[in-house]
Amino acid sequence: MNCDEVIRELSNFIDGELDAATKHEIESHFTGCHECKLVVDQTKMTIKVFCNSEPVELPSDLRNRLHEGLRRKLGEARQ
Amino acid sequence: MASPNILLSTPNPHKLPSTVAREDEHLLVAAAKKGDMAAFEELVSRYERKIFRLTMNITNNREDAEDAMQDAFLKSYSHLKSFQGDSRFYTWLVRIAANEALMRLRKRRPNQISLDEPIKGEEEDLMPREIQDWGPGPDQRFAQTEMREILSQVIEQIEPEYRMVFVLRDIEELSTEDTASALGLSVPAVKSRLLRARLKLRQKLDRYFKQGGAN
Repeated sequence: MNCDEVIRELSNFIDGELDAATKHEIESHFTGCHECKLVVDQTKMTIKVFCNSEPVELPSDLRNRLHEGLRRKLGEARQ
Repeated sequence: MASPNILLSTPNPHKLPSTVAREDEHLLVAAAKKGDMAAFEELVSRYERKIFRLTMNITNNREDAEDAMQDAFLKSYSHLKSFQGDSRFYTWLVRIAANEALMRLRKRRPNQISLDEPIKGEEEDLMPREIQDWGPGPDQRFAQTEMREILSQVIEQIEPEYRMVFVLRDIEELSTEDTASALGLSVPAVKSRLLRARLKLRQKLDRYFKQGGAN
């Protein structure tokens, strides 16, 4: 497997969606290619930082608007 | 029907592990289906932050994100009876919110957002150039608020076609199949765009995470 082929399988490798033989081929490639290993590790880190980022609390004015709007519109819909 | 108050009184459900939050979700949905507004408001309170993050990530526009969020909750309530419970309520809600956000994005950028056509250049060379070491724990070098700002900046720099797939698949953790269904794409198209989205975001983060980078 060359570098381009490894990068094309990067998502499947990270998501654990490869058969054992292809996974082994990619892991073997890493032993001789530090750059591909870096790209895979950095892509994993990229996903991790987005996943770990907690959503912020809604500003109270936005939250109040949302809940008041929902109560009003749902109330109207039920009448 | 009375609200399942014993469940609603749980302090700060956002801090609970997702498996705990999932356990009572179906009770709240069942109560809301019977017209219990308190139960529905609890669902809104539980997911409003995540849904707002989703609509902001897709639209990049505060006004559109607010409208999309409100309409997503309204639509979810009015269509609640058709929710069969074969997926999580949250997954179903994410699909509604993503559609609302996408509609607003398309209104602002007509003829620019095309999810259902092949993207030009999908056969291009994907190998990143100038790969630099990030060193250990690059994410630990930033305070939480600073990191949020960085992530917000980098995600808005990638094209919506890629951004939407990344948001649904990697941030909201929908399955590939659910992401494909929500966006009206084939599974191979989702996989192809997800790969490119991940590589583009890695490249954007490189500026911040490489050793001695912007800090």
